[in-house]
Amino acid sequence: MLTEFLQFLLSGVTVGATYALVGVGFSIIYNASQVINFAQGEFVMLGGMMAWFLFERAGLPMPAAVPLAIAGTVMVGLALEKFAIEPARNASIVTLIIITIGASIFLRGGAQLVWGRDFHALPALSGDAPIDLSGVAVNPQSLWVMGCTLIVIVLLHWFFSHTMTGRAMRAVAFNMLAAQLAGVNNRLILMFSFGMSAALGALAGVLIAPITLTYPDVGIMLGLKGFCAAILGGLGYPYGAIVGGLIVGISEAMTAGYVSSAYKDAVAFVIILMTLFFMPNGLFGRRGIERV
Amino acid sequence: MRLRLATPRIGGMLALAAVIAVLPLFLPNNFYFDVVILVGLNAIVCIGLNLLVGYAGQISLGHAGFFGLGAYASAILTSTYGWPPVAALLAGAAGVGLLAFIVARPIMKLRGHYLAMGTLGLGIIISIVLTQEVDLTGGPDGMPVYGFSVLGWEPSGVLVWYWIVGGLLLLTVWLALNIVESPVGRALRAVHGSEAAAQTMGVDVVHYKVLVFVVSAVLASIAGSVFVHYIGFVTPSEAGFVHSIELITMVVLGGMASIYGAVVGAAILTMLPQLLTFLHDYEMLGFGAIMMGVMIFLPKGLVPTTARLIRDRAR
Repeated sequence: MLTEFLQFLLSGVTVGATYALVGVGFSIIYNASQVINFAQGEFVMLGGMMAWFLFERAGLPMPAAVPLAIAGTVMVGLALEKFAIEPARNASIVTLIIITIGASIFLRGGAQLVWGRDFHALPALSGDAPIDLSGVAVNPQSLWVMGCTLIVIVLLHWFFSHTMTGRAMRAVAFNMLAAQLAGVNNRLILMFSFGMSAALGALAGVLIAPITLTYPDVGIMLGLKGFCAAILGGLGYPYGAIVGGLIVGISEAMTAGYVSSAYKDAVAFVIILMTLFFMPNGLFGRRGIERV
Repeated sequence: MRLRLATPRIGGMLALAAVIAVLPLFLPNNFYFDVVILVGLNAIVCIGLNLLVGYAGQISLGHAGFFGLGAYASAILTSTYGWPPVAALLAGAAGVGLLAFIVARPIMKLRGHYLAMGTLGLGIIISIVLTQEVDLTGGPDGMPVYGFSVLGWEPSGVLVWYWIVGGLLLLTVWLALNIVESPVGRALRAVHGSEAAAQTMGVDVVHYKVLVFVVSAVLASIAGSVFVHYIGFVTPSEAGFVHSIELITMVVLGGMASIYGAVVGAAILTMLPQLLTFLHDYEMLGFGAIMMGVMIFLPKGLVPTTARLIRDRAR
């Protein structure tokens, strides 16, 4: 009974950690630009696909393939910002959403072209043999996912509170004009935000690929669930996105385990609708004030 | 007279009617008719969606859900329960209208990206239910649907369907123009400009947002019903996220707050995949690139941008 519960909890936290990483990416870009980047899920896909390609096809060792895959995705993120977002800086929210959706279709099309439409399996970082913890079978890859997410959270916390760039990013999120007047280079921050959230997405992709396999369309649902995580926690609150991701992941695993796996994918969206109906700004979001 | 011809109501509707009347002469075979009929149906959904997105300023990333519900209402009521198609269409529209009315109040409270998430979630939940309730809907494989019939008359052949959809499109344009040019339309634009300011001026903001949400959902439902009878088959993908995105892209591409923009956007985006088939493997790449390019260089959409160019030239 308890073993079963812990087993579901474990798989929930594992997936939830991935959603959290994607959700933090959404929040970081939102903070720098008020843009919701619908190509966020494609960063996850690119990370997984590039790592698979570099490891399986190019024959690089894993410690080289993973950083290279993340670096490659960061380049894509920077290019996206430079060639698609920056030229449309003054467009409306809806227009920007359509641009990022166009980018996500473009990236999926590109991935299909280069790597085909097949499912690919990236080998787990330290084997597939489950570790037995008093009856609960722990997939070593789950430990990697949770461990890396934890490290990323700590690093992010340090980055946002102790480095000049991190603090500048917070200043931009708080008040873009004031930050600019204080000498913050907005465009550089925006660039940096896209690079950072591409890196987070790619890391999530590399970590989850051994568990879920990777394929060109893998990013659609992962991206939407990450968006759920970010909204649930309150847009623009990276820590909120982490909590949101864990809530979504755990509820999914519990539904799949105890109720029915058919409605597993619906859970995230039911939670988000219910939350928004009663808390229109997410769990931790503050109410915005409309200036007339 | 010249002035009145230049209005969207008279001049625009005459032009659209003329295009619809003459177009069959230029369509060489059934394939082209098929594409044009789909353009018409998409345009009907987009006109409704544009009332919501373009005029009232409320984004929806889930309208395919309403389209899918209308489609399945018609499919299930006629094929499984033997209802007459017209009754099924009306029942579907009424059901969707009621659902939209119930969810509109909590959903329309949301703003910006939260609203995008709320409508997106609603659409995805609808499409997952349609996919999973296999006994009722046939599941992911979809279900076949009987043809349309009114009092024993059954439309057959693409030309008959062409006139039906063409007529419905004109009717929808007329209805939308009436809404836009009435006090309701002005109220919607006021809501778009600033909700607080509109409220201060005595506009019942919630009422109008709910109203336009329901109208756009019902239009989508009706188009979905007609669609399944024309195609004769329905799958859950009609209600899916990708279709919702296609619809909102048509609206933005054609031009926000432009009835004819919705028609133009629907036409271009429905035909584009057919035109891009020559790209083969590069099709998706090309589609994404065109979507980004148009939005970057014409952020206000095709019709408003072109209209402005023409106005500037005339001056």
